[in-house]
Amino acid sequence: MKGSLRPAPMVRLNTLADGTVGRLVSLGGERSFRRRLMELGLLPGTQVRIVRRADIGGVLELEVRRSRLSVRIGEASEVYVVAS
Amino acid sequence: MGTVVGIRRVAIAGNPNTGKTTLFNELTGSRAKVGNYPGVTVDRHVGELSLAGGSRVELVDVPGTYSLAARSLEEEIAIQAIAGLHPLERPDAVVAVVDATQLVRNLYLVLQLVELGVPVVVALNMTDRLEETGQAVDVEALSRELRLPVVAVAAARKRGIEELKREIERILEDPACATPGALWVPDQPLLMADLANVVRAVPAEWSAGSDARRRAFALWALLSVDEHDELRSMPGGLREIVERRRRLAEASGRCIEEEIIRGRYDWLDARAPLFLREAKRAPTRTDRIDRWLLHPALGFAIFLAAMTVVFQALFTWADPVIGWIEASFTWLGGTLERSLPNSLLTDLLANGIVAGVGAVLVFLPQILLLFLFLGLMEDTGYMARVAYLMDRVMKSLGLHGRAFVPMLSGYACAVPAILATRTMERRRDRLLTMMVVPLMTCSARLPVYGLLIAALVPAGQGRSLTQGLLLAAMYLFSTLVALLAAAVLGRTVLRGERQPLLIEMPPYRLPHLKSVLRLMWEKGSIFLREAGTVILVCTVAMWALLSFPKDEAAARASEERREEVRASLSGEEREHALALLERQQKGADLRASFGGRLGRLLEPTIEPLGFDWKIGIGLIGAFAAREVFVSTMAVVYGLEGESESSEALRARVRSERWPDGRPVFTPLVCFSLMVFFALACQCMSTLAAVRRETATWRWPVFLFVYMTALAWVASFGVVQGGRLLGWT
Repeated sequence: MKGSLRPAPMVRLNTLADGTVGRLVSLGGERSFRRRLMELGLLPGTQVRIVRRADIGGVLELEVRRSRLSVRIGEASEVYVVAS
Repeated sequence: MGTVVGIRRVAIAGNPNTGKTTLFNELTGSRAKVGNYPGVTVDRHVGELSLAGGSRVELVDVPGTYSLAARSLEEEIAIQAIAGLHPLERPDAVVAVVDATQLVRNLYLVLQLVELGVPVVVALNMTDRLEETGQAVDVEALSRELRLPVVAVAAARKRGIEELKREIERILEDPACATPGALWVPDQPLLMADLANVVRAVPAEWSAGSDARRRAFALWALLSVDEHDELRSMPGGLREIVERRRRLAEASGRCIEEEIIRGRYDWLDARAPLFLREAKRAPTRTDRIDRWLLHPALGFAIFLAAMTVVFQALFTWADPVIGWIEASFTWLGGTLERSLPNSLLTDLLANGIVAGVGAVLVFLPQILLLFLFLGLMEDTGYMARVAYLMDRVMKSLGLHGRAFVPMLSGYACAVPAILATRTMERRRDRLLTMMVVPLMTCSARLPVYGLLIAALVPAGQGRSLTQGLLLAAMYLFSTLVALLAAAVLGRTVLRGERQPLLIEMPPYRLPHLKSVLRLMWEKGSIFLREAGTVILVCTVAMWALLSFPKDEAAARASEERREEVRASLSGEEREHALALLERQQKGADLRASFGGRLGRLLEPTIEPLGFDWKIGIGLIGAFAAREVFVSTMAVVYGLEGESESSEALRARVRSERWPDGRPVFTPLVCFSLMVFFALACQCMSTLAAVRRETATWRWPVFLFVYMTALAWVASFGVVQGGRLLGWT
């Protein structure tokens, strides 16, 4: 909601390309999963970088606050980000 | 102060992968005991911390966690251990181990610790790795902002240990300097109203008269209660209020959890620039290693190669040591039997106790090797990568990504594999793995398959290929059944909600040899102490079952015949005849024993599987360990001492007949027996290990019943189905 600049579109986390950075907008999934993500520092507004993905393995590696986390691509698809 | 009576207690807490275990080991030296936290199978390490002032302090390890918020019984341990909830005792101070390279996220837990009003000293670990990550921490500024003592340490390099000890001593003397009170306090009016409401439902025995503790527990409950949590200690009233406030908040578009977590992170982020300087991150060593180890194709190849080494080690490298242990105990038993007077006591000593100790010790080489590999994988950070690589495969089977290594080691032996299930946090995942690992074709089944395959396919030209294919088929069969069992059990008895994957990928680190050796030592000694005693008792019980009652009349008759032989024959002929008589008598003794009678008693139940009572005795003997089937059958047939590769035993098996003259070991029956061995839980050591890991007899009993039932039904299907098809 920053003034007149056209906001970047909100996309699913798993659609970001490897190596790109996005800003978290909203978390989805079960309550406990969302809570865990937030406690690990993935709060809306935080920058997330896609480190790599294992398409065969169905897992996505993220970097947040200098730590690396792996989540399933299916679960990452419920997390929305704005590319930055 | 200084008038504190009794031992003081210090807890050591921190996120996973912060080097907490290494620091614990450095602080306690070699004096540590390991047990379980009450009610759960979570390791509880307790060590003694010797401080300069000579006071004795007990250091208690709290399971690694990112937050005190909990939803399972295992996670609940952390807050119970820090706050000292019944039955755990309240620590006098807490050492908060913090990874300096991921400072803010680690401090999130420290804020929670401080809220509980327990004196906290921050051990800022991994300071030796800050430079590499392009960061710098101002320890004094950190200490000022947190209002806590902070000590920079590098546990793996033994740096800062003495300073940390001094600081622990200081805060034990003067707790006030390490108890600043809650650092972050909610200030949003709506959240404050929620908190005020929840605070009233916090039990008095939790808050122990402290308003700060009451608030801390209210925040804890707001983060912990959810639709599926398994918290047994959460009072119904507290749960209800949390759920009500949450519903109200969500109806107006608020998220209480986010407000609390954001409050803490905002507090930290606002102060971070004061104590943390960060350069732009550059690719690290971990990035370079992961490019290979997590490569879509190469990563798998490397993983498979690593697993081949683990498997080879368990299967082949451990073998000479196992053989050596077996040979020494056989020798010891034999020597005792020869040198002591021929009595019941000698028999008990040689064939019960010495054999039993041997039966326990043979597991040690594989246990130690497996934990060497697990320790290395955990310590270097590779274990998280295994979960990353294997998640999809394992998830589709309903298993945890970390179940892969235990499942694989099950092909060598189920006992170490069961002990290794502890690398999984969730009880359900551990249980499911333990329930299917014993189905894998372990090495103890191989002698049995060897004998039966030889009976099935007599040696001859081109036959060894057939024999090899049969053995491979047994491996395939056991794997398929294990995976099927995992799918079925995971959807029925051990149904668990599907858990989202969320694993930290820690930076690669060189393994800390001392910690790995300690893990091996610890697992080995726990096995000997807890599972070993059960195995020993079972071995003695098996000995009694197969040795009593003695048939005195038959023994006398046999002695008379021996006298005759001694009188009538001489030289080699005499020795041969005496040996033959001896073996015949052993066979008669066994058939007359309780075990032998039990075999006859069992005959009606195993007859539909094509087994006679002699096989029944073999099955009873095989409960000690599957390979014992071969030696028991040898004794039953009066061929004591013959192995599965002995032609005499193989020929005897092929010529064995039912009373009506039909052959016993028809191809169909051999198949049936192999299927039975593939599926039945013919292993008391496995049951002892499951009992140890689950701390109840319920799961070993379940395991035994379900596997035996499965084996019976499958063998029945093979024999009856085969007969219907006109096979023999």
